[in-house]
Amino acid sequence: MENKAITCKDLTKQFGNFKAVDSISFEVQQGEIFGFLGANGAGKTTAMRILCGLSFPSSGEATVAGFDVYRQQEKIKKNIGYMSQKFSLYDNLTILENIEFYGGVYGVSRPEIKMRSNELIGTLGLEKEAKKLVGELPLGWKQKLAFSVAIFHRPKIVFLDEPTGGVDPVTRRQFWDMIYEAAANGITVFVTTHYMDEAEYCNRISVMVDGRVEALDTPANLKTRFNTTTMDDVFYQLARGAKRGEE
Amino acid sequence: MVSVQVKNIVKTYGDVKAVNDVSFEVQKGELFGLIGPDGAGKTSLFRILTTLLLADSGIAIVEGFDAVKDYKNIRNIVGYMPGRFSLYQDLTVKENLTFFATVFSTTIEENYDLIKDIYEQIKPFSNRRAGKLSGGMKQKLALCCALIHKPVILFLDEPTTGVDVVSRKEFWEMLGKLKKQGITIVVSTPYMDEATLCDRIALIQNGSIMSIDTPDNIVQRFPKPLFAAKADNIYKLLQDLRADAEVESCYAFGEYIHLTLKAEGADAMSVMRIVGRNNLEGLEVKLVTPGIEDCFIRLMENK
Repeated sequence: MENKAITCKDLTKQFGNFKAVDSISFEVQQGEIFGFLGANGAGKTTAMRILCGLSFPSSGEATVAGFDVYRQQEKIKKNIGYMSQKFSLYDNLTILENIEFYGGVYGVSRPEIKMRSNELIGTLGLEKEAKKLVGELPLGWKQKLAFSVAIFHRPKIVFLDEPTGGVDPVTRRQFWDMIYEAAANGITVFVTTHYMDEAEYCNRISVMVDGRVEALDTPANLKTRFNTTTMDDVFYQLARGAKRGEE
Repeated sequence: MVSVQVKNIVKTYGDVKAVNDVSFEVQKGELFGLIGPDGAGKTSLFRILTTLLLADSGIAIVEGFDAVKDYKNIRNIVGYMPGRFSLYQDLTVKENLTFFATVFSTTIEENYDLIKDIYEQIKPFSNRRAGKLSGGMKQKLALCCALIHKPVILFLDEPTTGVDVVSRKEFWEMLGKLKKQGITIVVSTPYMDEATLCDRIALIQNGSIMSIDTPDNIVQRFPKPLFAAKADNIYKLLQDLRADAEVESCYAFGEYIHLTLKAEGADAMSVMRIVGRNNLEGLEVKLVTPGIEDCFIRLMENK
């Protein structure tokens, strides 16, 4: 179990008669970049909420960073980072205040926060902006900062929910550089995206359709299997048969 | 025949120039795309054209009406789908549609032909509250509401943002059908791959238009041969190429890296020589046709 960042076996979440997540099984290796794709309404968000320790499954098993999703939700929360396009930082706090806040919430010690935030601001080249409100930053900078803050407490796994939505193509690629770097430092990256070129940057991807994981492999193997040259087409072939995409 | 005319429009918010001296024209019946990231100024332009926001300076004319003086005329003939879902969450699907029809002194029945294809898909849920719909269904309802008064021109602000590949494809098919019925469509998107589905596009960044033309012409103006390269360790290859003095630009594009060389008239052989320097496994090099995203990045770099 040591080298598995995430394990799922027959994980299911049922609301009434509706199986939002329908018996999914997969494993994510430590340090892997794992793309979690699926059509709208396929059950990605529900599955991610369980893996982040925010919701209990109805049945099945899962561990995140070695902790059980039924009994050790608080331990899971301490060992993961989370960032989404919709929620990331507080606009009315400065860059430094945001870093201090998140560091504090995750229990990083004061002196450690001070040291790491100076280091982080140096790496991002934000020395001049450190005392500016986050709301004044361009979106691209905000997203990069949000990612850095999400891994500030050195989590074992970081969950990224459509992290690059709406940013320009150059910033999008700079963002992926940061993801690669985090992975090279041993952080497992679990990422959702609607940009199919970004699916190619993952070591492996899974595609969810109607609550089930319909495909899971490296991008290259998936393209071979579906006899096509683009991930776009792989996704389309898998997801067009979705029955409940619009539910 | 011109449908939309934008001349030297400027809009500032405090110190921020959201729209910086933008000019363009949209022909009647055209499917025109504003392509650019968040914060490029797309929404401000839409709001100015739909008479919801006043520009600091410049002229905006829609179907012969001035956006400032004749705002009432414009409001009657445009359909607008804002980026953020703006229907009444606590009204049902049917109630929302009836509301918009009534506001424009018409009925659902009168213009049903126009929305039929789209509305049929959400009809099974016509008694569901709009707030309880999925993203794809909200998008379809919003389009129906924007169409129910049979507008001459449609303004769609990022209708496909956050929507999966299948729904995006369906949505563009719907736009194609509306275009066939003669409706002028101005649509914005951050997805560069959707640009090729428009008749003409404007690439917009930081409030300024960088290029405006048909997608084909924009691609043809890409000034240098573009190469795609890959290796088993693609991240290492990217780092090597970035450090290489002969490489002009290199960006990750899916499973390949797209690159141009500083030297003029480069061929695949010279690229192979450079790519092969660090003895990486699984090397491949080929000449490729640039996409809109390649052009967008190039234009951004030149600024």
